[in-house]
Amino acid sequence: MGYLKEIGLYFMMLKGVFIKPTKTSVLRNLVLKEIDDLIIGSLGIVCFISFFVGGVVAIQTALNMDNPILPKSLIGFASRQSIILEFAPTFISIIMAGKVSSFITSSIGTMRVTEQIDALEVMGINSLNYLVFPKIIAMLFYPFVIAIAMFLGILGGYTAAVLGGFATGDQFIQGLQEDFVPFQLVYAFIKTFVFAILLATIPSYFGYYMKGGALEVGKASTTSFVWTSVFIILSNYLITQLLLS
Amino acid sequence: MIEVKELKKGFGGDELVLKGISTTFEKGKTNLIIGQSGSGKTVFLKCLLGLFRPTEGKILYDGQAYSELSSEKQRTLREQMGMVFQGSALFDSMTVEENIMFPLKMFTKQRKAERRERANEVIKRVNLINANNKLPSEISGGMQKRVAIARAIVNNPKYLFCDEPNSGLDPRTATLIDNLIQEITHEYEITTIINTHDMNSVMEIGEKIVFLQKGHLAWEGSKETIFKADNDDVTNFVYSSDLFKKVREAVIKENQ
Repeated sequence: MGYLKEIGLYFMMLKGVFIKPTKTSVLRNLVLKEIDDLIIGSLGIVCFISFFVGGVVAIQTALNMDNPILPKSLIGFASRQSIILEFAPTFISIIMAGKVSSFITSSIGTMRVTEQIDALEVMGINSLNYLVFPKIIAMLFYPFVIAIAMFLGILGGYTAAVLGGFATGDQFIQGLQEDFVPFQLVYAFIKTFVFAILLATIPSYFGYYMKGGALEVGKASTTSFVWTSVFIILSNYLITQLLLS
Repeated sequence: MIEVKELKKGFGGDELVLKGISTTFEKGKTNLIIGQSGSGKTVFLKCLLGLFRPTEGKILYDGQAYSELSSEKQRTLREQMGMVFQGSALFDSMTVEENIMFPLKMFTKQRKAERRERANEVIKRVNLINANNKLPSEISGGMQKRVAIARAIVNNPKYLFCDEPNSGLDPRTATLIDNLIQEITHEYEITTIINTHDMNSVMEIGEKIVFLQKGHLAWEGSKETIFKADNDDVTNFVYSSDLFKKVREAVIKENQ
């Protein structure tokens, strides 16, 4: 029953986000600030991880290709498939769940503890719209982050494959182009969009409805990371089942 | 003026937190709500602020019942309310000046220069010096309270609510904050309601005092009459501190 209540409250929060909108000029600044905090602020870690994990994917593929009949272009093909289909959208989203969700939950939770949310309500401001809506809009730019992660992952794979002597540049690029199905990119970006909404709203829910003091803010951040990850994994499974099977 | 008529508030269970409170808070006066912890002060204040919907009864703001107003009019009425929170509740990502300009930014069409001018007027009024560009974390508790008061009055509110405005402050700063609130109340003819359990505040600025006990209005009067209150709960509350016990003994001695 407790879980059902929480799910109900989550959807009520979503409804509350879209009513009684904040003044456009104020909202514009809030959205820009959130883009800076959530998107631009995450680019560094995303670029770093994408490049090196892309490299590891290429090396692992090359080292597991014992059979000499297998063409070297397979390294590029396998890297592309694993990076576009799973690594960039899902793996990066789990990392973002750690970075972004704890930031969102702790910042909103601290505002709850220090009565700043009450102050907004007393002024007649819809605090859900003021706090959560800009985060949702900012996270709509998340697919750009994933696009960068895809590019850098493949670049990392190319660099590792060529510098490590596992394949030539031409072989790797040939592999990238083999059997390319454009719908796989559409699938990757559809799930990225869903993850973006989850990344913005689940941590906001845990921050907004938290009760207690500083200790509870920390606990809420951890819980928020766990549940955001769980819902990303579950929705990944569902979307894959729906779109690819 | 705020009139409260037979206000009852519960949260779903059988027990009511507020059990039929009727009183009037007058314009241009500092009205204090006092009582022990758990007496229903905070719930009462939140009902007055419109954050809690009354289970029964009415709250009239200059004759208008909040619950009977359209959402647009409720919003207009809320814009006429200022609130000073116990912990100041300043937005910690904004500077002092931005905090004070915030209600103007949200509810007026003023340009930035006009907003800044008005903010500086109230900054001067609450005696904040050289703090405009500081963050709330960079100023003292007393200064934070001044910023909270400035933010609450920047929009020229008709009603000012304060929740324990001098908690956590040293006695001298607490008295300064009390006096500032009283001066502002008189100067701008605001209906001010202060939630407190500090007897020093009661004696400083208690022009009207409402004493709550277990959700009932047990007594109402002023700072002049509270020492003679014919109510055991009020007497126990007032004389719970040694200082006031001694004051009472001195008064009794003097009368003898």
